[in-house]
Amino acid sequence: MTTTSAPPQPPRPKRRVGDRIFAGSTTGAGFLILLVLAGVAVFLITEAWPAVTAPAGDIPGGNGLGAYIAPLIFGTLLAAVIALVVATPLAVAIALYITYYAPRRLATAMGYVIDLLAAIPSVVYGFWGIATLAPALVPFYVWAEDHLGFIPLFAGPASPTGRTMFTAGLMLAVMILPIISAISREVFSQAPALHREAALALGATRWEMIKMAVLPYGKSGVIGGAMLGLGRALGETLAIAIVLSASGGITFNLISSSNPSTIAANIALQFPESTGLDVNTLIASGLALFVITLAVNMLARWVVNRRADFSGAN
Amino acid sequence: MTATRSVDPGTGTRPSGGLVEQHRRLPRSASAGLFGTGAAVGVLASVLTGFNVVLAVAYAVVLGTLALYVATRSVEGTRKAFDRLVTCVVTTAFALAMVPLVSLVWTVLSRGLRRLDGEFFNSSMLGVVGEGGGAYHAILGTLIITGLTAVISVPVGLLTAIYVVEYGTGRLKKAITFLVDVMTGIPSIVAGLFAFALFAIFYGPGVRLGIMGAVALSVLMIPVVVRSSEEVLKLVPNELREAAYALGVPKWRTILKVVIPTAIAGLATGVTLSVARVIGETAPLLITVGIINGTNVDPFDGRMATLPVFAYYQLTQPGFPPEFAIDRAWTAALVLIILVMALNVVGRLISHFFAPKTGR
Repeated sequence: MTTTSAPPQPPRPKRRVGDRIFAGSTTGAGFLILLVLAGVAVFLITEAWPAVTAPAGDIPGGNGLGAYIAPLIFGTLLAAVIALVVATPLAVAIALYITYYAPRRLATAMGYVIDLLAAIPSVVYGFWGIATLAPALVPFYVWAEDHLGFIPLFAGPASPTGRTMFTAGLMLAVMILPIISAISREVFSQAPALHREAALALGATRWEMIKMAVLPYGKSGVIGGAMLGLGRALGETLAIAIVLSASGGITFNLISSSNPSTIAANIALQFPESTGLDVNTLIASGLALFVITLAVNMLARWVVNRRADFSGAN
Repeated sequence: MTATRSVDPGTGTRPSGGLVEQHRRLPRSASAGLFGTGAAVGVLASVLTGFNVVLAVAYAVVLGTLALYVATRSVEGTRKAFDRLVTCVVTTAFALAMVPLVSLVWTVLSRGLRRLDGEFFNSSMLGVVGEGGGAYHAILGTLIITGLTAVISVPVGLLTAIYVVEYGTGRLKKAITFLVDVMTGIPSIVAGLFAFALFAIFYGPGVRLGIMGAVALSVLMIPVVVRSSEEVLKLVPNELREAAYALGVPKWRTILKVVIPTAIAGLATGVTLSVARVIGETAPLLITVGIINGTNVDPFDGRMATLPVFAYYQLTQPGFPPEFAIDRAWTAALVLIILVMALNVVGRLISHFFAPKTGR
């Protein structure tokens, strides 16, 4: 009896019908996401094309598509940059406060409260901006025109309603604050405990501990969060449409009543009454916005994800 | 200024020799006292120069911080002083961020409560000029369109999340994760334009349908559902899946009977929060659904009214006399905030009470 039995075949995994259906439908859903994103680009290009090929005189303003979109892009970037400059330091400070300064038991609740800022609909921010924020800033604008008028940003004349680019930027800052602070909070709280404790054990004060162990670790997270906030600020629509008194033109004067509009706000204001080529022009401007935000978001995700690879937490 | 020295607890005597470093410290109550003194001087200064709440608070905070910094610096040294300074700055930043939140809630409450009555919820704007009227049609429209959005987005989002967590491998998985992240950043107005462009190809320009709004909102909602479900599904411990496989359960049944029931609370929370995210979206609805004064409950036939768009038009095109429309706009904003907050609270409650006890 020396016959050896053939080595047992490993059992082949059975492909059941249920499995196939389930795997198929989930993969299909995944592909749908790709399709939608591609669809957004394709349909926008299709509808924007007539405006791209149209003679310059037919575009609103009469100087061609570039001349129509350029001030809008400028306004969009200007408002977003103001928002970013105001919001980023504030958001980092808030994140630090919640992670390392606030009493432990209150910290979670404070995080929720900041997150509530993100939940408020954009149109309600617009209401608040025009009813409360803009009038409240008028005295400041008058003061700024008198005392800081030599700086081009505050050249004036100060808007009597307060519906200026500066107001819009501040409002955007409030809106993107929770996004930046949420991501900063996350990376700050992941800073390795060993580093922090080592710093404290060597006699560092709390600030020195944060400076040496937390901030270097969280830097790219903060940058990524700020860029995500930038993406949100670029696309913000109705809050700006309500608050900003726009008259076109490129100007760095932040406190007067004549401001460049933003792409999104311009679409919201013009679209309901537009027909024909005007619609195509607006869609073309929307395409420009889509490309800009897409680039910013991809860059932001890349920065955030790159950090995740180096993270000591995983 | 008291100099504390370390004292041997056993004998109560000072250790001899000069090896023990001596720290001079401010007493604990001094920091609050110093800040208070500085703040009081600040308020006084603002009263003397003509009182103004904002300036008074600003002076108080700046002078209070300064007083604390200078005192700490002279007693405890630069490093401790800078630490205190940063503490003050960071706390001030947090307080500063609370100002818009409180101000916003206060503004909307005080102006929105005026018309928060039965008529607002019972009547539409059909034939209403001036006083009266309500948002019945808009609330109904918002519920229908948001419901449709959820019907489209939840299955797609959930299935995608299941694909990414349970099935996905290699490039496709990475691509989908990345694109979902990117999709989160699509501006809402662009989503609206996409839906418009899509339907304009089939129905011609000028088309306005409820379903277009639902499609636009789905573009915004799907990535949120995917992200949140993905996080939750990842939390389900692998031991549970392996135990099911060991018992011979096929993969799809494992997912349906083990993974999803374990994660159901988190999934429900994610869906609720994503509904809260889109229910207040205005821009895409403005360009895809438009507004009407009467009640239209058929999302496949013509314009519909929705709450955010209703609020927007009542505020920006109030007609004459304007005050009644503006009151309606604020009440609509208030109702919108209440809806969003309620959804947020419900979401958090679900995750709080039904969270699986997995021990992780």
